[in-house]
Amino acid sequence: MSSRLPSSPTCFPSSVLGTGLIEQGCLAHSASHTTLDPSEVKRFQSLASKWWDEQGEFGALHAMNDLRVPFIRDNLLNVHRGHQPGKPLAGLKILDVGCGGGLLTEPLGRLGADVLGIDPVADSIGTARLHLSHDSVLGARVRYRACTLEELSAEGEEGEEEEGVGQFDAVVASEVVEHLADLETFAFCCSHVLKPGGSLFITTINKTNLSYALGIVAAEQLLRIVPRGTHDWEKFISPVELERLLESNGFSVQSIRGMLYNPVSGKWSWTDSTAINYALHAVKLIEEPQPDRAQADNPDPEYRAHAASTHN
Amino acid sequence: TQAALLAAAAAVFSDWTTSRKRLLSDTHSEVYDVIISGGGMVGSAMACSLGMEPNLKGKKILLLEAGNKKVMDKVSDTYSTRVSSISPGSATLLSVGAWDHITGMRCKPYQKMQVWDACSDALITFDKENLQDEMAYIVENDIIVAALTKQLDSLSDNVQVKYRSKVVKYTWPMSYQAADSIPWVQVTLDSGETLQAKLLIGADGPNSMVRREAGIPTVKWNYDQSAVVAVLHLSEPTENIVAWQRFLPTGPIAMLPLSDTESSLVWSTSHGHAEELLQLDEESFVDAINSAFWSNDNQSEFIERAGSLFRGALSVLMPSAGSTRQLPPSVAGIGPKSRVMFPLGMGHASEYIRHRVALIGDAAHRVHPLAGQGANLGFGDVACLTQVLSQAAFNGKDLGAMQHLLEYETERQRHNLPMMAAIDLMKRLYSTNAAPVVLLRTLGLQATNMLPPLKEQIIAFASK
Repeated sequence: MSSRLPSSPTCFPSSVLGTGLIEQGCLAHSASHTTLDPSEVKRFQSLASKWWDEQGEFGALHAMNDLRVPFIRDNLLNVHRGHQPGKPLAGLKILDVGCGGGLLTEPLGRLGADVLGIDPVADSIGTARLHLSHDSVLGARVRYRACTLEELSAEGEEGEEEEGVGQFDAVVASEVVEHLADLETFAFCCSHVLKPGGSLFITTINKTNLSYALGIVAAEQLLRIVPRGTHDWEKFISPVELERLLESNGFSVQSIRGMLYNPVSGKWSWTDSTAINYALHAVKLIEEPQPDRAQADNPDPEYRAHAASTHN
Repeated sequence: TQAALLAAAAAVFSDWTTSRKRLLSDTHSEVYDVIISGGGMVGSAMACSLGMEPNLKGKKILLLEAGNKKVMDKVSDTYSTRVSSISPGSATLLSVGAWDHITGMRCKPYQKMQVWDACSDALITFDKENLQDEMAYIVENDIIVAALTKQLDSLSDNVQVKYRSKVVKYTWPMSYQAADSIPWVQVTLDSGETLQAKLLIGADGPNSMVRREAGIPTVKWNYDQSAVVAVLHLSEPTENIVAWQRFLPTGPIAMLPLSDTESSLVWSTSHGHAEELLQLDEESFVDAINSAFWSNDNQSEFIERAGSLFRGALSVLMPSAGSTRQLPPSVAGIGPKSRVMFPLGMGHASEYIRHRVALIGDAAHRVHPLAGQGANLGFGDVACLTQVLSQAAFNGKDLGAMQHLLEYETERQRHNLPMMAAIDLMKRLYSTNAAPVVLLRTLGLQATNMLPPLKEQIIAFASK
C-alpha cells in the first residue's frame, strides 16, 4: 500500500554534525516526508504512539507538565518581567535537554519561547519532529537536534561569534540527571550554554529509601507506571548534593520543591517533602570582574541576575 | 466514520507525490486554533468571549455561520417575537462589550415573578428584596445577536467570521499522531473550501450536525407540546416589571415584559391547540389569552379547601410569609404578523466533548422554555469553556486536548443536569389536573412560597 519514497540517508547524520541551515532543510523535508526512509517513518510512528499517547507508557510524563510548565513559566516571568498576553515567554531562548518526544518542548514553544530540544536518541528526535510537522506556527519556534549536551556545548552554537558565551535564557533538564553518569560535566555544560543570569530547571528523583521503595519497586515493578529498568537508584541524587554540585559550578539555587505522583488519579501535585521527586530552579551567577570572595557569597545573585537579564 | 477514515488514509498513501504537495499546502493552508460552528446567540457569544480573553491573544479563531450577517443600524419600532430571559450571570458574561450594545438598543429588566396554578390558588412569587435589583432581563433574540455581531466587528484582529458558510462535512482526527494523517479536525464547506481546527466548538443548535457526526449519543424526547409566541399590546400602560406564568393543565402560559405597553407571550400547549390558536382572528386570540390568565374554571372545591387549610396552618408558623395573588395586565391586541409556533422537546448529549471537539448551548442541551433558562445555560457553557481554554493556553497546552475539555464537561453537566431534571419535572407535574398531583403540587408550591431561604436558593441557582 505504501509507495516508494525517494530516500536521502544524509538527512539524519547531517543534522547532528551540520549547521543550522541543513538542519532547517531537514525539518522542512521531514515535514513533507520526501527524504525520510519509509522504515524510519514507521519506527517513529510506532514510537510516536508511545510518546504521545497520554494514557500510554509516558502518561506520567504528560501529567507532569501540569507542574513543570507553570514552574518554568512563573520563575522565568519573575526574572523577565513585562510579557505579552498570549505569549508569556516571547523573546526567550530555551534549551530542552533530553527532550525525548518533545512532551515539554512543545508547551514551552506554545508559550512563545524559541525552544531547541536535544536528545541523543535519534528516534525520539524523529518522533518529536513528526509530531511537530503539522503545526507550522509552532514549528517556526521549536527545533530539534539529535545530539548530546556536551556536543552542543563544545560547538559554540550556530551563529555565535564568541566561544564560551552562552546564548540561552534557560536550560531545562527534566527527568534527565538521574540517567547521567557525569553530573560535573553536565553542570559545566549547562553553565557554558547559558547566558549570565540565565535559569536552569531540573526535575529529578531523590536518593532515599522511600524513592527506592516507591520510585523503583512500586513504579517500575508493581504498578508499571514507568517501564522496567528505566531508573538506576545509584544514579539518583539528593537535592542537597545537587545544590552543592551546582553551586560549585557557578549557580545559585533559587528554589526546590517536592513533587508527588498519585497513581490512582494519574495526577502530580506539589508537596513539602522532596523525598521522592523534586523540581529545582537555579540561576547562573554573573561573573565578577574582580575575584572578590565577599561579593560572590552574598545573597545578591538574584538581584544581579535580574539586572543582567534586563540588560540583555 | 472509521471506514471513511481508512479510505481517506488509503487515498493519501496511494498517491505519494500529490499527497506530498497536499501536505505542503496543508501546512500553509489555514489551521485555526479554534473554529466555532454556528453563529447564533451562544456561538457568537463564544467567539466574543474567546476574542477578548488575554491568554488567547494571538490565537486564530474562526466563527462559521450559515446565515447572513445580522446588522441592526436602527432598532425597529416593532418588537420581534422571539425573546429570552437573560439572567444576571449571563449579563455579566455578555458585559465584555456586548451588553453595552444591548442596553443601548433595547432590553427590559424585571424585578418580580409570579408563578401560579390554574387548578388551585397556590402561587409563588419571586422578587429580589424590595424590588430594587433586577431579577433578570427580557431581551429580543435579534438584539442579542446584533449586539454580539457588533462586538465581533471590533475584535477582527483575533476573530474572523465567515457568513453564508454552510458546513457539509466534518473529518475527525485519530487521537494521536499517525504518520500521514492530519491531526486536526477538518471542516469542509459547501464552497468546497476545507479548513482545519485544533479545536472545534459545536454551537449549531438542537439538531447539531457536529454532535451527530461525532456520533455522540443523545437522550431526547419530544414533548407533545408546541409554544405559541406573540407580541402583546396591553390594554393600559403599566409599570411592567413583573414576569407572569400560569400553569394550565395543557401547559404554561407566560407573559414577559417588553416595555410599559407591550409584553411577550410564550404559551406552551398541545400541538392541536397551538394550531387552533394560530388560526384564530386577533380578537378571539386576545380573549383566549386573557381567559387563560384570569379564569378559575379549572379549580375544584376540594383542592381549594385543602389549599386554604394548609395555608392557614403555615401562616401560624410563619405569619409574615406568603403573598397575595395579583392578576397580570389584560391584553388588548397583538403585534402585526407576530404569531408564530415551534415544537418543544428535551435533549441532552451524553457527552459534551470528544478529542478536539466541544459542544455548547442547545447542541449540548435543549430544555422546555417554562423556566426561561435555555439561553442562560448556553451562556454558562460559554463562560466555563472560555475559562478552561484560557488556563490551558497559559499552561502551553494543545487546546484540543481531552484533559481540560473533560473539566469543562464535568463542571457544566454538574450544573445543567439538575436544572434540566427540575424543568422536566415541573413540566410533567403541571401537565395534569388529576387531583392527587394537583394537591401535591399545590401544597408544595405554597410551602415553597413561605420559605424565603428556599426561594433565595432557587433564584441564586437560576441567576448564575
